[in-house]
Amino acid sequence: MSTQVATAEAGFLARVSRFSPPRRYLPVLGTFALFIGMFGVGGIRYDGFADPQVFLTLLLDNGFLIVLAVGMTFVILTGGIDLSVGSNVALSTLIAARTLEVGWPVAAVIGVVLLSGTLLGTAMGLLIHYFDIQPFIATLAGMFLARGLCYLISVESIPIEDGTFKTIAFGSITLPGGYYLGWTAVFALAVVAVAAYVLSSTRFGRTVYALGGSESSALLMGLPVAATKVGVYAISGLCAALGGLLFALYTLSGYSLHAVGMELDAIAAVVIGGTLLTGGRGFVVGSLLGVLVLGTIQTFISFDGTLSSWWTRISIGVLVLVFVVAQRVLTRR
Amino acid sequence: MSQAEVKPPPPVVEMHDVSITFGAVRALDGVSLRLLPGEVHALMGENGAGKSTLIKALTGVYTIDAGRVRIDGVETQFATPAAAQRAGISTVYQEVNLVPNLTVAENMLLGRERHRFGRLGPIDRRDMNRRAAASLQSLGIDVDPGSELGSHPIAVQQLVAIARAVDTDARVLILDEPTSSLDADEVARLFDVMRRLREQGTAIVFVSHFLDQVFEIADRMTILRNGRVVGERLVAETTQLELVQLMIGRDLQVLERLDQAAHEATEEAAEQRLPVLSALGLGRKGSLEATDLTLYPGEVVGIAGLLGSGRTELARLLFGADAPDTGELTVKGSSGRRLRSPRHAIDRKLAFCSEDRKAEGVFEELSVADNMLLGLQASRGWLRPIPTATRSALVKEFMAALDVRPADSSLPMRSLSGGNQQKVLLARWLITEPDVLLLDEPTRGIDIGAKTQIQQLVADLAEKGMSVVFISAELEEVLRLSHRLVVLKDRRKIAERPNRGIDINDVLEIITGEPGGVAEKERADA
Repeated sequence: MSTQVATAEAGFLARVSRFSPPRRYLPVLGTFALFIGMFGVGGIRYDGFADPQVFLTLLLDNGFLIVLAVGMTFVILTGGIDLSVGSNVALSTLIAARTLEVGWPVAAVIGVVLLSGTLLGTAMGLLIHYFDIQPFIATLAGMFLARGLCYLISVESIPIEDGTFKTIAFGSITLPGGYYLGWTAVFALAVVAVAAYVLSSTRFGRTVYALGGSESSALLMGLPVAATKVGVYAISGLCAALGGLLFALYTLSGYSLHAVGMELDAIAAVVIGGTLLTGGRGFVVGSLLGVLVLGTIQTFISFDGTLSSWWTRISIGVLVLVFVVAQRVLTRR
Repeated sequence: MSQAEVKPPPPVVEMHDVSITFGAVRALDGVSLRLLPGEVHALMGENGAGKSTLIKALTGVYTIDAGRVRIDGVETQFATPAAAQRAGISTVYQEVNLVPNLTVAENMLLGRERHRFGRLGPIDRRDMNRRAAASLQSLGIDVDPGSELGSHPIAVQQLVAIARAVDTDARVLILDEPTSSLDADEVARLFDVMRRLREQGTAIVFVSHFLDQVFEIADRMTILRNGRVVGERLVAETTQLELVQLMIGRDLQVLERLDQAAHEATEEAAEQRLPVLSALGLGRKGSLEATDLTLYPGEVVGIAGLLGSGRTELARLLFGADAPDTGELTVKGSSGRRLRSPRHAIDRKLAFCSEDRKAEGVFEELSVADNMLLGLQASRGWLRPIPTATRSALVKEFMAALDVRPADSSLPMRSLSGGNQQKVLLARWLITEPDVLLLDEPTRGIDIGAKTQIQQLVADLAEKGMSVVFISAELEEVLRLSHRLVVLKDRRKIAERPNRGIDINDVLEIITGEPGGVAEKERADA
């Protein structure tokens, strides 16, 4: 079945799907097909849509969301959820902006942001594992906590004037053909690559999948369940902090109302990327594609010009629904 | 085996005088067990005899309260299953404890993979698949190590679980009910693997309900009853009959009285009365073949059969918890309409005490009184609350009638012992004044005192005109209480006859299909 999809899409995909058991790649291939299809339709309908620069800008505009979705993928693969990442992003932007304002060196700023984000994630992970609190509740508490801390730092938006930050924010690498890719997008793609490696080729990564398959089995198989479970929330926190830095670069400001509801975008991207909400199945590449699909919808609407921006939300809602139902049908056998 | 007797090698595991207590229940009481290398040791006993507890005590899932465990002569107490595994004691549980979403090879080697380019390099999948394939081959298991575990049938998953256990250099392999979901061919495959391991010197613990299998594969057995060891025997020197007698035991005179009452009642039962429930060709694909069953008021119908014979499935069909594919169910002569749901069944004065007390019966956080009144409230509908006076009168009456202890109905349900929880569940249904009471394993896992009380209660209820279906894995209990006996095997009814002059051996013969059993089966079919 996947072979049919693949040949319909591209020849090399057929080779990819023959390479391994096809069924687990099915959702990702579906998302990929959707993405290609949307770009195709856009290219036919609107002038300039098919320009590679549109795609590269898509990566730039969604770099922070890609990183968030990567962290969320780890959590969802274990069967959990992390609602705190949006607030964590806002908190990170504020910490960065405020510490830069008082004149900290850039390296220290980055260090403290990453540390605080990771700590928040770790704390929630500890609560979830050792006190057996549902991830939904623990991270909901984390979400309120982080958002509240933002207001403690500043109620107003703080602009970022630092030179290094501005250089990175506007810097880009030039690709052959005169196209350019922003540094933040390059960074986001690097995060995807590292995460893909960790998930597919390290013990930690495989244990993440095992946890999602069956936590009690993983325990009886003698796998490090506690470390892994806390670890995924720490990673999600770290990714949220990284995403926060990218968001600070993107907006050049720290503000307590940044990234409201962004955790839901991240979850939507992971789901559209074919990761099973019950855990155990999915790939970071899928989440990357999920973010790109979300971004393409927005691009669509901005190219069209006549559609209300609320259509973005409506299409995301429909897509999430379709993917969840499709997963249900695929896994019910 | 006889070699082992001539010159016994030192035991790998010695458990001495081990006791474990859960709340008020003594799950293990001074149990001793020794495992010799190169021997298959069967652990026998009924449900609740303490087999699982013993295994969990050995493998570090439970902490023992008293007694010693020696591994290779060294006193040890494992804190976690992982620690036991490191010491070479691996367990394969009845439900396969692997992860279905990873490959066979990953499931075997997870946590022990090799890396390419040193510690920090990626996991070497090729090496992993190669090692897994080699280990599977040495056990004669033909599976592609790169395939996803969940894509294989349970039997294969079970073999993979064993391969994983063996691959950790297990010197002791514990198999907890490995054959309960396997068919004959698959069992033969499993036994091949077990024989290979035995030759390699592994000590194997084999827990099974199937007597034939135990006699085929095991060398030695330890028999448990009510948390105590009642014997250690060489299989070659023991007959099935002796084993069953040891497992079931002969206890308490109360029960003999029950026996007589049951048999006297049989004489006058049935015939002249109208059936209260009758099922004609009732069946459901994959759970029970078409079955006839008629219940008369005032009789206890015992359902006998091994685990997986369709006992529970029959009860669920009768109660409307599962929808039948075929057949008709008539309750109290009123039309042939099917029971659409449990609710519908309750309205027609049926009651069903499920086998899974924890998941399908008890609301642990609610009080004893609330748990008791749930059934009545449900049948009244939520708009008509039960008056407080009625509530307390009912609760008081049934607390006393069933001797629920502690006698405080405001306690949360979870603070009661299993036996008392079961009494509360019975009370829940008795309050609704049912005509038909379906009891699925009502005495499982509860202490002997509560057990006899419940048995007595069942007998009394039948005497007052209630029709009771009594399902139990303990044949003796079924025989003691029932007026009529229905025997199930492999998801169909193979015999039905009045409980007159039948003893356990007769039932076993019917089930095992040995000479007497075949004749009986033919008679029943005719």
